[in-house]
Amino acid sequence: MSAKTLYDKLWESHVVRTDENGTALIYIDRHLVHEVTSPQAFEGLRLAGRKPWRVSANLATPDHNVPTTERSGGVSTIVDPISRTQVETLDENCNSFGIPEFKMLDPRQGIVHVVGPEQGATLPGMTVVCGDSHTSTHGAMGALAFGIGTSEVEHVLATQCLIQKKSKAMQIRVEGRVAPGVTAKDIVLAIIGEIGTAGGTGYAIEFAGQAISDLSIEGRLTLCNMAIEAGARAGFVAVDEKTIDYVKGRPYAPSDENWEQAVTNWRTLHSDEGAVFDKVLVLDGSAIKPQVTWGTSPEMVVSIDQSVPDPAGEADDVKAGGMRRALEYMGLEAGTPIEMIRLDRVFIGSCTNSRIEDLRAAAEVAKGRRVAESIKQALVVPGSGLVKAQAEAEGLDEVFIEAGFEWREPGCSMCLAMNADRLEPGERCASTSNRNFEGRQGQGGRTHLVSPAMAAAAAVAGHFIDVGKLD
Amino acid sequence: MEKFETFTGIVCPLDRSNVDTDAIIPKQFLKSIKRSGFGPNLFDEWRYLDQGEPGMDNSRRPLNPDFVLNDPRYQGAKMLLTRKNFGCGSSREHAPWALEDYGFRVIIAPSFADIFFNNCFKNGILPIVLNEEIVEKLFSMAGHQQALALTVDLQEQHLSLSDGETIPFEVDAFRKHCLLNGLDDIGLTLEHVDAIKAYEARRQSEAPWLFA
Repeated sequence: MSAKTLYDKLWESHVVRTDENGTALIYIDRHLVHEVTSPQAFEGLRLAGRKPWRVSANLATPDHNVPTTERSGGVSTIVDPISRTQVETLDENCNSFGIPEFKMLDPRQGIVHVVGPEQGATLPGMTVVCGDSHTSTHGAMGALAFGIGTSEVEHVLATQCLIQKKSKAMQIRVEGRVAPGVTAKDIVLAIIGEIGTAGGTGYAIEFAGQAISDLSIEGRLTLCNMAIEAGARAGFVAVDEKTIDYVKGRPYAPSDENWEQAVTNWRTLHSDEGAVFDKVLVLDGSAIKPQVTWGTSPEMVVSIDQSVPDPAGEADDVKAGGMRRALEYMGLEAGTPIEMIRLDRVFIGSCTNSRIEDLRAAAEVAKGRRVAESIKQALVVPGSGLVKAQAEAEGLDEVFIEAGFEWREPGCSMCLAMNADRLEPGERCASTSNRNFEGRQGQGGRTHLVSPAMAAAAAVAGHFIDVGKLD
Repeated sequence: MEKFETFTGIVCPLDRSNVDTDAIIPKQFLKSIKRSGFGPNLFDEWRYLDQGEPGMDNSRRPLNPDFVLNDPRYQGAKMLLTRKNFGCGSSREHAPWALEDYGFRVIIAPSFADIFFNNCFKNGILPIVLNEEIVEKLFSMAGHQQALALTVDLQEQHLSLSDGETIPFEVDAFRKHCLLNGLDDIGLTLEHVDAIKAYEARRQSEAPWLFA
């Protein structure tokens, strides 16, 4: 038997059938559902008189539209009537089709990509989908996880399957050890800076190497979360003992009788010695520094000790044009040192960086310091109700509040500004989210992507600063 | 889904690479629970000078005269010509819904983001990948005083110019079949109910924890 990649193994174990031109029907083990991309799918089911194929394979929670301010009154506290309708529609659909849902006031509610792993609802070896591109996150568990559109949401609901073609396999190895203060976020931004936002298009990416196996599971979730920003629908990491330890005891994890059998299976979830990838990229982890994006695409990224690049130095005309447009939108001059860029707001949260380790890293920086006077708002939005409770048990909420941060309820929040949390036109934000697209955090808003520690450091300094240099 | 038939349409040139789904349809419009009516808000932040919100009367909003969609030459365009990595970002199907609702049935680019590319086919839009050189040539033709019109023939897999020159393109056989016949994927998959059930039975014995 020839050596297989992890992707081969994940793919092959889910093929229901393949037709003559290579199009496969693959089985989906876990379908995560949120309020934005599901209403039209449920409506489609209803119109066709169809029922969900296997309700227990689904798990829903509202996240994009929920307010992060006081909301103990439930859905009725959502001020925007259209947002409220969307959350109510999710509740109604889950009720009527019998789909398990963590509703807005459930302590387990949160960002769907934080909730899945936290509950053990996304497990090694699974296929995981959601009508959300950041579903790649769950690949950190050694799962094949990818985002789908609403037509496919309906397809999975109705058939528990998807029609897919196998992608090509890429391995990205980050060798060596990263320096202290360099996080999973910096690693993935550095990768995107290297291969570009289309570098992974058509590929499923396996992240490997010393710097990746050194990451905690939460770090790997951050890493895989942004595989889509490199163009890859799916990114994943092989299962190791950290993965198994992480899963053990979680509510949806296998019970005692199945545990040993599951673990035996999970230990095979790695690429075999000698497995061949369509493409391999090797990076030196020890050379990676804290990263800051300067433009309107995640590939427009530099290290904290660098300056905003000059389009004049770019040979490709289309690319140079894109850089000029980005500089204009961002209100930046080429050549400005990154550390000179001053911020208006800071956002710590999102499916990329809102887990307990992210909050601990930010709190460590915030502890005993104050948010700079010039910062209008510094938000900390935990990824789930359980993350929030854990942080509060550790006293992190007090650290943040004492330092001048706002401590909020869980949700997607200012990552995409579908709720009330957003930037005003022209405002500049240090954000731990995943996309710095034009208007992403509010029309005219300017986003710089960074790690949680770097965001907290920027909040304290009022401008970007290498977290290691903070007084 | 409607069958994809041969047609001739005006080409609107959007000269940007990495056009993301937030630009195609900004998030404030994703709150709708319907799948139609997104066309007036396609490229909202580039197309209008004011800040767009759901429920506005779009016909009264100030248009950005510098945005290509507002150029009189390209009114009624059915084909969008753009640069690499079109549709990157979110998986929101609202992006192809907005393009389709506006009237675009063909998008031509040197490359597309995977999820968006896939979503197009589910909504009767044909995304066509052509090499950079041809895209460049089409951009120069589309920029002339007289708008460029192309004819798309999916059955024969080519675009043709008014002088008869044809530009061949590749398309996946299964997706072509579905588009040409207006087929519903779910209906096709449900023809394989027995295979799905057989898979489930086998998988359940191998990996019972997945069905607990």
